[in-house]
Amino acid sequence: MSVATIQSRREWLLSDRPASRLQARLGRAYVAWRRFSANRLALVGMLIIIGLLVVAALADVLAPYSPTFGDLKNARLLAPSAAHWFGTDDLGRDIYSRIVYGARWTLYVVILVAIIAAPIGLLVGAVAGYAGGWTDTILMRITDIFLAFPKLVLALAFVAALGPGIENAVLAIAITSWPPYARIARAETLTVRNSDYIKAVQLMGASPFRIVLRHIMPMCISSLIIRVTLDMAGIILTAAGLGFLGLGAQPPLPEWGAMIASGRRFILDQWWVAAAPGAAILIVSLGFNLLGDGLRDALDPRSGDQ
Amino acid sequence: MSGDTLLDVDDLRVTFPTRTGLVQAVRGVSFSLGRERLGIVGESGSGKSQTGRAIMGLTPPQAQVSAKKLAFDGMDLLSMSPRQRRALRGNRIAMILQDPKYSLDPVMSIGRQIAETLRTHEKVSKAEARERALAMLQAVQIRDPARVFDLYPHEVSGGMGQRAMIAMMLITGPELMIADEPTSALDVTVQLDVLNILDKLVAERGMGLIFISHDLRLVSSFCDRVVVMYAGKVVEQIKASELRDARHPYTRGLLNCMPRIGFERHPLPVLERKPEWSA
Amino acid sequence: MTAAIAIDGLEVIFDRFRALKGVSLEVKEGESYGLVGESGSGKSTLLRAITGLAPVAAGAITVNGKRLGKTRDKAFYRDVQMVFQDPYGSLHPRQTVDRLLQEPLAIHGIADGEKRIERALDEVGLGTGFRFRYAHQLSGGQRQRVAIARALILEPSILLLDEPTSALDASVQAEVLNLLEEVRRRRKLTFLMVSHDLAIITHMCERLMVMQNGEAVETLTASQLIGHRVSADYTRNLLRASEGFVRTA
Repeated sequence: MSVATIQSRREWLLSDRPASRLQARLGRAYVAWRRFSANRLALVGMLIIIGLLVVAALADVLAPYSPTFGDLKNARLLAPSAAHWFGTDDLGRDIYSRIVYGARWTLYVVILVAIIAAPIGLLVGAVAGYAGGWTDTILMRITDIFLAFPKLVLALAFVAALGPGIENAVLAIAITSWPPYARIARAETLTVRNSDYIKAVQLMGASPFRIVLRHIMPMCISSLIIRVTLDMAGIILTAAGLGFLGLGAQPPLPEWGAMIASGRRFILDQWWVAAAPGAAILIVSLGFNLLGDGLRDALDPRSGDQ
Repeated sequence: MSGDTLLDVDDLRVTFPTRTGLVQAVRGVSFSLGRERLGIVGESGSGKSQTGRAIMGLTPPQAQVSAKKLAFDGMDLLSMSPRQRRALRGNRIAMILQDPKYSLDPVMSIGRQIAETLRTHEKVSKAEARERALAMLQAVQIRDPARVFDLYPHEVSGGMGQRAMIAMMLITGPELMIADEPTSALDVTVQLDVLNILDKLVAERGMGLIFISHDLRLVSSFCDRVVVMYAGKVVEQIKASELRDARHPYTRGLLNCMPRIGFERHPLPVLERKPEWSA
Repeated sequence: MTAAIAIDGLEVIFDRFRALKGVSLEVKEGESYGLVGESGSGKSTLLRAITGLAPVAAGAITVNGKRLGKTRDKAFYRDVQMVFQDPYGSLHPRQTVDRLLQEPLAIHGIADGEKRIERALDEVGLGTGFRFRYAHQLSGGQRQRVAIARALILEPSILLLDEPTSALDASVQAEVLNLLEEVRRRRKLTFLMVSHDLAIITHMCERLMVMQNGEAVETLTASQLIGHRVSADYTRNLLRASEGFVRTA
């Protein structure tokens, strides 16, 4: 593409007088992207997350060995080498392959938690904030009850009740992580519910349902996205924690937390068994945190008017 | 008007860096001020407030201020150290802002704020500071100064707050006062009371006053001279009494476009903005 | 002529503060009626009480012959629309002009949206070039024009105007006032307009009510006010204040 066409495309995106719905929307996205990409660390974070996605998608191609079947006879607890980049574990499985497949489980947990917890929090918070009165009191006290327990302890209780397994771990984490989102959504709702633009919609005869869904929730979404992204690291760690305690993913599933748990026994002599999944968790958590920080700059509703 | 010049502004420029490049808020403003009342009038974005702030030294740190000359009583304001500037500010140059709610300290009683202002600029005893603060409150026509002295800003009305603000600004006996929309947040009837007080004090003490406002009619009835600004530039300087004979189409348009009681014009004349005005 | 709006003994109480203390007025169909007063006079509260945004404690509001109850139905909002004071606060910051104008049509299930939006934008002098802009891409005057277009798109017969120009520059104010007069003439609208500025009210309205502390001070015609034929001292004070500063020395 020549410089001139890039230039004219940029002008099209930044135009003060967009000619179509699409152009208006793309222009807005482009401005947010420019703000995001001005932050180097945020780009690093995004690269890490893209890397995670690619690894998860191409796990079959990238992993040289099976993640679940090892060579018990010849390959137990081998140190990192050219054949086994990250070494092997006590069942002779290639740790590199297990980490590559583990990326899938990590993504599975993170995405499922996000799609369960964030909408619940958004709905509860927005409804409580807009309705006020008794609805608000009841919904917020329920939220407080959930917030009063440490996350991991509550998740443990749920898993204990539902039975161990990665699906139940996801459910338990989702149940414990929506209350902060409800709090955020409620706070945002309280700041916009008395604004003239919401009154203007009320004066058109819009139903409360429509106002919350179409006019209030969009104002809450960006702070929620930021918060969820920043929480991703915590979710991964909670999932890993449950895995470590044996209540999350069950063997032989290559989940990173469970891998650390099984490596614990050899941590002094065969450090790589626990260190490799630990490093993976660290890097991905860092990636989500950096991404969240960048999104905060790009999506902050208070700077959204510039 | 005496011949001595209190403030001399020549080619004042204020530039803000933004994402899309430099924005010039003030583009070469020149005027001089004696011990008189000068009005600066303009619409939003005309640079009138930034002009006042630049003189006061309150321009945001990311912005650049330059001028061929910006002198107060013969002293160059731009080459001064921040400390010297601070000493001047509040002592010899004072400023009143639009809304007293935001310019008074909410957790200190009104009387103490006035007394503290005095004590930061003059070495006086606490008792004397109190005495003078009470006298000042009396001077801005607050009926019960001893009671108001102990009130907090949120406990008084907007008009009372603005009077307290004027008292605080005048207690050090400044020679130049910059009032940026001092009455825009007040009700019309209160507005006139506050202006009356300001007018008397300025006349009694022989101060120079810069009155910044969007309201051309108010400014022209209050000031001796009017500077009309448009897009960061001065388009016209004129004696307030001769405003009816203003030559610049922008000034004339501004005067014309406001509805007036007893002058029926339907539709109202509107202002045709010409690009050459801002060139 | 029937009354478009009839208000009788209206009381509004917020917590324990009486914002309106038994106010009555009658706005004829096609008339432009002004409410003048300073802050705390209850003039905006009266508009909000009509729209259902302020709690009515006592009194009756009748619009186009229909007595209003506690809630307003959709049909009411097709008859009565409002333009707010602050054009920076009354447009949703995340919606384009197109979305803003579409919303009332979607709520009321009106089909010929495309045409109506284009017509509304033309009517307020913006044209379709503004259709896909966000609020932050518009000036104050343009925003107020969009707000007027939004109020007109449901084709109401009554427009409530809450200080529609007090946040605008004088030159823009003139343009918006002219626009309001023009749409009123063309659509034969009834106006109920609130302002603190006597000059604007006399320019725009045939009759007006002066308010203070939640009560009516007096009711005048515009020509009575222009001729200074007023009876209350408060009105006289307001008149004097609107003439600018007079040096007393």
